Amino acid sequence: MKYQTQKIAMAYFAVAMGLFAIQVLGGLLAGFIYISPNFLSDLLPFNVVRMLHTNALVVWLLLGFFGAAYYLVPEESEREIYSPMIAYLQLILLVVGTLGAVITYTFNLFEGNFFLGLQGREFLEQPFWVKIGIVVAALMFLYNISMTVLKGRKTAITNVLLLGLWGIAIFFLFAFYVPDNLALDKMYWWYVIHLWVEGVWELVMASILAFLLLKLTGVDREVVEKWIYVIVSLSLFSGVLGTGHHYFWIGTPKYWTWIGSIFSAMEVIPFFAMVLFSFTMVWKGGRNHPNKAAVLWSLGTAVMAFFGAGVWGFMHTLHGVNFYSHGTQITAAHGHLAFFGAYVSINLAIITYAMPYILKREPYNQVLNMVSFWIMNSAMAFMTFVLTFAGAIQTHLQRVNGEDFMDVQEQMQLFFVMRFGAGAVFVIGALLFIYAIFVPRKELLQKSTTAAAE
Amino acid sequence: MATETEQDGPQEDWGPLSGLSGNPIMWVLIASELVVFGAIFISFGFARLSEPQVFAEAQDHLNRLAGAINTMVLLTSGLFAALAVHFQSRDDTLKTRLAIAAAIALGAVFLGVKFVEYADKFEQGISTETNTFFMFYYLATAFHAMHVVFGMVLLVIVGWKNSFENVVTGTAFWHMVDLIWVILFPLIYLMR
Repeated sequence: MKYQTQKIAMAYFAVAMGLFAIQVLGGLLAGFIYISPNFLSDLLPFNVVRMLHTNALVVWLLLGFFGAAYYLVPEESEREIYSPMIAYLQLILLVVGTLGAVITYTFNLFEGNFFLGLQGREFLEQPFWVKIGIVVAALMFLYNISMTVLKGRKTAITNVLLLGLWGIAIFFLFAFYVPDNLALDKMYWWYVIHLWVEGVWELVMASILAFLLLKLTGVDREVVEKWIYVIVSLSLFSGVLGTGHHYFWIGTPKYWTWIGSIFSAMEVIPFFAMVLFSFTMVWKGGRNHPNKAAVLWSLGTAVMAFFGAGVWGFMHTLHGVNFYSHGTQITAAHGHLAFFGAYVSINLAIITYAMPYILKREPYNQVLNMVSFWIMNSAMAFMTFVLTFAGAIQTHLQRVNGEDFMDVQEQMQLFFVMRFGAGAVFVIGALLFIYAIFVPRKELLQKSTTAAAE
Repeated sequence: MATETEQDGPQEDWGPLSGLSGNPIMWVLIASELVVFGAIFISFGFARLSEPQVFAEAQDHLNRLAGAINTMVLLTSGLFAALAVHFQSRDDTLKTRLAIAAAIALGAVFLGVKFVEYADKFEQGISTETNTFFMFYYLATAFHAMHVVFGMVLLVIVGWKNSFENVVTGTAFWHMVDLIWVILFPLIYLMR
């Protein structure tokens, strides 16, 4: 760690990991409710659990991105963060907002109150005051990071990162625009999450991945920069109009079926480019970086993002297919592998890379971390396969044969049990990762330096 | 910031994109565009297979003469763009800019003819929802027309900042717009 203010990242990563734990435990609970539908139904209904599982994910990924930015921008810009104070205030604001949203949601406080109560738009239901808080926090962050970048060295990595981060803030503003017409409401609703995960988040991911590969493999910056420009062009080209794949059946004009199908089918390309990019860099790179766990996660995120977002996304993105598969467990399979492969893994990669430096814990005894990598990836792969099979059956029984929704759910029980098992294993992997990052080997390593170097 | 850093020598680091003239990212865009339009044309072909009568009947509502005029207009415009590259290679800025201006003007003529076509269709009450043929007609032609507009903006920029690389890059995009039209016109307007 060359710059003192890179330490800010640690606070963000710590909160992110806390939410990660809550998220996967929430997921486990939701998975159990699939098996035993009345479990906690009065105390914590399924829709609340699902919201917690989903939004905790989105919030911790964003916190991870912020942390990653605070870690890598000083190194790229070759200067300290403009204002550490703003950075910490921003984190406090985000934590207060998150807690506010969760408490309001769980107990449904201030029902009907415009400013304090829930806003009723799924996943964007945060009370108005929380939304304002998010915008203020985003502005603080962008001001802080932009000032740092503007005053320092400008690189392709920081340019792309800034573009992505500004995009995140700008597209969130559509959370405030709620047309009365339900079709229009849904249309703008997608502007937030779709243009995030299939647009600007890809830019953030590409720049973090580029930073990691630059550091881990020692390839020339010039080569890395060319790759990310190509990846970014492909992401924006395919992802923006790819939003159309959410507009097949919500009441928008029919031409969206074609625009959505064609452009979103191309979304697989930037993810494939990321696979080529990461493997080429690792093969070409001369540096044998001792942080093997970070290399593993960097390659893992490219591969799993390609399968989860690329292949599993393509599987049901053509409207002729989606007509049958829409809203079945196929979607759940895709959602889980895509979010894990792309955005969870890129966050865990940068955390794995940065934490040993922040905690001054070189040379990285990270066997536990690598074990957690394989546990999480195997569990997620298993869960994805199970949900895909469940989805295929559900599509056939429900959409082709026209059986009743609840009857079909009962016939998928076996798959839900297996998914719960995969989820439980995943939780073990996640907790192991968190443990491996924060806890072991603070002093011991000093002594075993010579042994580890061999 | 405004001054382009002239990259001298071949850009060998761009891998397979190195051999292409102009900015390599333009070729990423061009390849992506060709994939998209290719997909639209293939989809059109499949849709036509399932409703041959509807497509044949609807196609007779199209103004083939306007399409033919536009083909000539756009190809001539492409000629001026190519001339611009030729003049720029001799560092003749004035002639380069005149050629680019001519290319842009013809692009505007193309859009004018397109506007007349659309106005006529709307008058007949034909919209994207009329049938599958017209949905594709509007989708493909409007999407193409947007590229004409974008190409014109790009030509203005490269005419202003007329380094050789810029002119070649802008022209490459403009030729792609030509190329797509040359396939689009027979496929949607003429093929029986």
